[in-house]
Amino acid sequence: MMPHDETMILETPFHSRCLALCEINLWEDWKGYRSAAAYTSVEQEYFAVRSNTGVFDISPMIKYRFTGPDAGAYLNRLVTRDISKIAIDRVAYTVWCDDKGHVMDDGTIFHLAENDYRLCAYARCLDWLMWSAEGFDVTIVDETAEVAALAVQGPTSCAVFKDMGFEGIENLKPFGITRYPFGGSEVMISRTGFTGDLGYEIWIEPALAESFWDALFDAGKLRGIRPIGGAALDMLRTETGFLQAGVDFIPAEEAIRTGRSRSPFELGLGWLVSFDKPVFNGRKALLKEKKEGSRYAFVYLDVEGNKPAEYAFIYVGNKEVGTVTTAAWCPTAKTNVAFAQVDAKYGKVGQELVAEIYYERELKWTRVMAKCTVIEGAVFNPPRKRQTPAPDF
Amino acid sequence: MINTDKNYDVIVVGGGHNGLVCANYLAKDGRKVLIVEANDSLGGASATSPLNDEFSVSSCAHWLFQLNPTVASDMGLTKHGLEIAARDLSTIALAEDGNHLTIDGDKLEGAGISDEDRKAFVAFNKQITKFCKLLAGAFNRRAPKLVEGNLTDRITVAKLGLGMKMLGKEDMSDLMRLALINIYDVMEENFDNDLLKGAISLDSLLGSHMGPRSPNTVYGYIYRRMGTVYGFNGPAVVKGGMGAVGKAMANAAQASGVDIEVGVTVSKINVDVDRTTGVTLADGRVINAALVVSNADPKTTFNKLVGLGNIETGVARRVKTMRMKGDAAKLHIALDSLPNFTGLTEQQMGQRLVIAPTMNYIESAFNASKYGEYSKAPAMDISIPSIHDATLAPQGKHVMSVIVQYAPYELDGGWNDEKKDAFKELVIDRIADFAPDLKDKIVASELLTPVDLEERFHIHGGHWHHGEISLDQILMMRPFPGTSQYGTSVDGLYLCGAGNHPGGGVMGLAGHNAAKEIIKRGKSA
Repeated sequence: MMPHDETMILETPFHSRCLALCEINLWEDWKGYRSAAAYTSVEQEYFAVRSNTGVFDISPMIKYRFTGPDAGAYLNRLVTRDISKIAIDRVAYTVWCDDKGHVMDDGTIFHLAENDYRLCAYARCLDWLMWSAEGFDVTIVDETAEVAALAVQGPTSCAVFKDMGFEGIENLKPFGITRYPFGGSEVMISRTGFTGDLGYEIWIEPALAESFWDALFDAGKLRGIRPIGGAALDMLRTETGFLQAGVDFIPAEEAIRTGRSRSPFELGLGWLVSFDKPVFNGRKALLKEKKEGSRYAFVYLDVEGNKPAEYAFIYVGNKEVGTVTTAAWCPTAKTNVAFAQVDAKYGKVGQELVAEIYYERELKWTRVMAKCTVIEGAVFNPPRKRQTPAPDF
Repeated sequence: MINTDKNYDVIVVGGGHNGLVCANYLAKDGRKVLIVEANDSLGGASATSPLNDEFSVSSCAHWLFQLNPTVASDMGLTKHGLEIAARDLSTIALAEDGNHLTIDGDKLEGAGISDEDRKAFVAFNKQITKFCKLLAGAFNRRAPKLVEGNLTDRITVAKLGLGMKMLGKEDMSDLMRLALINIYDVMEENFDNDLLKGAISLDSLLGSHMGPRSPNTVYGYIYRRMGTVYGFNGPAVVKGGMGAVGKAMANAAQASGVDIEVGVTVSKINVDVDRTTGVTLADGRVINAALVVSNADPKTTFNKLVGLGNIETGVARRVKTMRMKGDAAKLHIALDSLPNFTGLTEQQMGQRLVIAPTMNYIESAFNASKYGEYSKAPAMDISIPSIHDATLAPQGKHVMSVIVQYAPYELDGGWNDEKKDAFKELVIDRIADFAPDLKDKIVASELLTPVDLEERFHIHGGHWHHGEISLDQILMMRPFPGTSQYGTSVDGLYLCGAGNHPGGGVMGLAGHNAAKEIIKRGKSA
């Protein structure tokens, strides 16, 4: 792969295949990699995941590898979840905090083997990881460029894999990891994803990336497989209630202004914090917050009407109590959803709020004050996401 | 001795002078206190060690010049055996031509000193004394937190602010200006005489990794001069060497009910998630207590005893980036009779002698250490305590103690016997330039590099202040931000050593303030 100092933008191991299919040539920069924003039309791609199989190239995702006798203890100090509870061949979603208990990033930890873990992150944070390594016998490697990865998501994804010869893949439980021989080497498959649907992520050495893509698309032809870009993924993750770092919260190390970073509790991620384990970054501050209360609440809103509440202010009466971070009309759930950060006391499920929405039609701007209600969470949450064995469509 | 039937309230790790001071106050407050000291003697870097069968010497600190009088009287140190053999000594800046400069309080003699310099020196001292008095108001209490400061902290800040205002417009603006520049510029502004400028510069940087042109040296000088406020008009020689300070403090502490165990190393400060539970000793014994007070330096405390993995990353990062690399060596020489320093009488040889002929001489000496080499022409602070104290050497014989600046902790390729011998010879040769018959009188000698000081006194980096005294590492930033009021991120674990506000030197205030803070916090400590 070309080093960063020789090119403005890097290409992923699947680039030749993405390029061939990217009919509208719409690209964006994902952490220095050229990544398709859309291949054909965003709606088509969105529905591919909800009805068939959509393939998203996640190779640019930042990946760190941790090995050594203290790898588990190290990660347990780094993140808020109790890593000792993640068995080998299991994956866990977690956040990690600074000493103030503010979220630096969220991501997934893969327990690959004894004393061997992978962390997938939104932001590069090697300096923080190295600082955290003081006092631990752990080796940390940035393997972003050494691992090619695809998200293969949607109701027919399991069937496509079976057609590829991955026998027994239907028995893989959510957050499980399995491996199959491929191209003289192996492909690792985890039942994970960012779409809230039945789906998998595959992890493979870059040299085998193109041949894997070809085999996947051959097998998926009759099951409506198509590549999807970042725009469709954004709709998918909104519908299923997943937060996006950099959008729904500012990673603590990137926040310049005081008060802009958030704790896990303030992001509705308190369930990721385990106080029943050894010291971890943010523990002290989070214990205090738990006792004394949070400043903000992160809420899911069901917004009246069909105008996405993008960038809307949130009111209670005349009082401004928050702002929207993510908003979209969700086609499958047929709900107008928004994520918002509001003052902590307005965060309870059932709370009635008002969103001030501006929208434009042929240069005419209109404002609506849309009623909204705080809801539990994901508006799209199908049983097939969890079912094991995975259903065959 | 450890009393296994006693449920100790507090374990003090390390019986350095600050540990002894802290333990004494806590015991007087009614707590059951145990001190565990790795060495066989108490006092930490305030130590007397045998040089051979006949001679002994203050093996780290060699002058007493800033012991806080409140601490001394609260502990009854005189009653407990502390004897001063000589006090208010002059400093004599040695000149190769024998025309030395004597600095005695405000008075300057010799070296062709001009009337202008004499006058300027009186004014300079007056101003420095004002600054010292101002600082004294903040030194004997915990450093204030600026952001979340409570009433106590606000009073400290207000006192400092008001104190600065009371200095008057000129002195206040001078303080703000001087604190940020370097001693070289200040000397150039005030004086002409090279020996005077050299001697004052040396005082500004002894024990540190700085040269006269380094920022922070003005603060270093004011710090050094704090003794002026504590009743010292020059350094003092302690009878029996500096170890006698430790002994007297230990006697006082024991009289207050403190149990002391010597010769036992604490291998671990035990932590249960985020609270200390006591200590584990090198012999495997576990001693429990709700409070542990570490007299060890911050790096040793967190790196070795607590473990960086047991604290949060942000704190671990602060520990790691604290600056504390020693750059001063100690040379000890046993002499079968008093050498003849050119131009000095025996009475004068009993004063504090310094080799720092010009500021550029010191700066050149410092240059070497910046690049991992020892100075080829080092600056020195020399004491011949046996002139005042017959207990250190046999009748008619003498012992000399020298602080040698600079000998970097991280010497290129590391220290070994060969390099130590070469450096020792070089230092002795340099002293012999001023005392030609010195080498004929040497019966034994030893050189302690910062690495040796680290090993002997368990001070990371061999830095006797437990961390550079510089503006980024004082007050609310000492030892590092977030851990500046003796308490740490580990509940129940406190720090009381020189690495904390106000700093090192045998002053005793870090231990005093730590104890006061623990007592103030009461049950919540």
